[in-house]
Amino acid sequence: MNRFEYVRAGTVSEAVAALAADPSARFIAGGTNLVDLMKYNVERPSRLVDISRLPLDAIEERDGGLRIGALVPNATLAYDERVRARYPLLGDALLAGASAQLRNAASTGGNLNQRTRCYYFYDEGTPCNKRQPGSGCPAIGGVNRIHAIFGTSAHCIATHPSDMCVALAALDATVRVEGPKGERSIAFSDYHRLPGDDPQRDTTLEPGEIVLSVDLPERGFAERYTYLKLRDRLSYAFALVSVAAALDLDGDTIREARLALGGVAHKPWRNREAEALLKGKPATRDSFQAAADLIVREAQPQSQNGFKIELARRAIVRGLEQAAAGTPQSSSDKRIQ
Amino acid sequence: MLIESGSPVAADQRIDISLTINGETRALQVAPWTTLLDLLRERLDLTGTKKGCDHGQCGACTVLVNGTRVNSCLVLAVMKDGAEITTVEGLASLQGPGSNALHPLQEAFIEHDAFQCGYCTPGQLCSSVGLLNEGHAKSREEIREAMSGNICRCGAYTNIVDAIEDVMQAGGSR
Repeated sequence: MNRFEYVRAGTVSEAVAALAADPSARFIAGGTNLVDLMKYNVERPSRLVDISRLPLDAIEERDGGLRIGALVPNATLAYDERVRARYPLLGDALLAGASAQLRNAASTGGNLNQRTRCYYFYDEGTPCNKRQPGSGCPAIGGVNRIHAIFGTSAHCIATHPSDMCVALAALDATVRVEGPKGERSIAFSDYHRLPGDDPQRDTTLEPGEIVLSVDLPERGFAERYTYLKLRDRLSYAFALVSVAAALDLDGDTIREARLALGGVAHKPWRNREAEALLKGKPATRDSFQAAADLIVREAQPQSQNGFKIELARRAIVRGLEQAAAGTPQSSSDKRIQ
Repeated sequence: MLIESGSPVAADQRIDISLTINGETRALQVAPWTTLLDLLRERLDLTGTKKGCDHGQCGACTVLVNGTRVNSCLVLAVMKDGAEITTVEGLASLQGPGSNALHPLQEAFIEHDAFQCGYCTPGQLCSSVGLLNEGHAKSREEIREAMSGNICRCGAYTNIVDAIEDVMQAGGSR
């Protein structure tokens, strides 16, 4: 780990000022991703701004929804009674990620801003356009079994590793941030970005901006939802493909469908055309297969991850079936019903 | 030096912090990049806590911070100023001040032969205590899922789950 200055922020404005004063400074909260990256020399901040004592650790009622402070630990959020009752999709997605120890330490804001687990990004001995812009992407044509099948570019095929964010995308959350130019809100689907020509940027956060909260709208789809995560082992592994599915049914007819995929793109992947296709259709396997076919039509395999396309197609159908039946995937019994 | 909110501490400075470790409050000076794990092992000779992967993947470094289990390898000690830390050396003291009795989980691990080489055991024990404090896991499957952050290369998992289940069914004591 490199040597760095340490600043303990007492207020949000103090934190923003401490970061703005130094372009290579980083905020630190739970540290579960940043400290790890520092040990690999992937992150070498000149200054760490400790935001862990800021008053951003509450979950509050707001406009019929919930405002989740950026410092609420992942475990606290997952087990919050309001989340369990009204947003179980979010709770289940959180519990599908990481380990109990990591969820106890990791913050909501940090989960949003975690970096990809691409092997090449982590290995400073190899090129990586995300770590060192312009150096190249050895994952393309290299070891890319875990990489993206949607929204890739010629410069980066990394995935966003979060489970929580897949649920937040499906729930249409909003990210509230503050920076040198003041406060603003970002729709969740605009918060993370595709790699394009500048894969070093994971999000649309401007320099010096800090996440204040994640705001959930009123609708939580608590009746019909699932978070189905497929991975190489049954626990404590990143998703190869995950599906956050939520349905609103009128009898057997779909009034509204939400569908977000994890493990397949540089951001939680939502296809609104497929969601629109489901609207007004019967909640049957045929309808779900049509939506899945439409989504995977856009998929582009790399040399080793072609299996993800069929896996995603089947996971979408199974996820929608679980949601329609009101039988969400269990996070402890891993049999997929 | 003393830390003041909003004022940067230069990289060559040591920072004054206070930690209560296994019931004893200590005034310490740390560099900002010192992890809690390195502080415990290298400075305080509390070598029960193990460094396995040093990247938050194996769980061997699990300790309790204010009663909550975390990977001490990913915690910067300076950020936990004022916290209460419990390591495997302090589990007995959770039974009461000055107690030398083993924690019920330690007893159960012995009874169920819940280890082979023992390297992961301090982390497994602290993680199990954290699991009981959390109170979410009830079934055997839920215990397994909630312990997935602790790797055991010898494969003593079955007996570890037996030990935890035993203590849980006894209401946290045996």
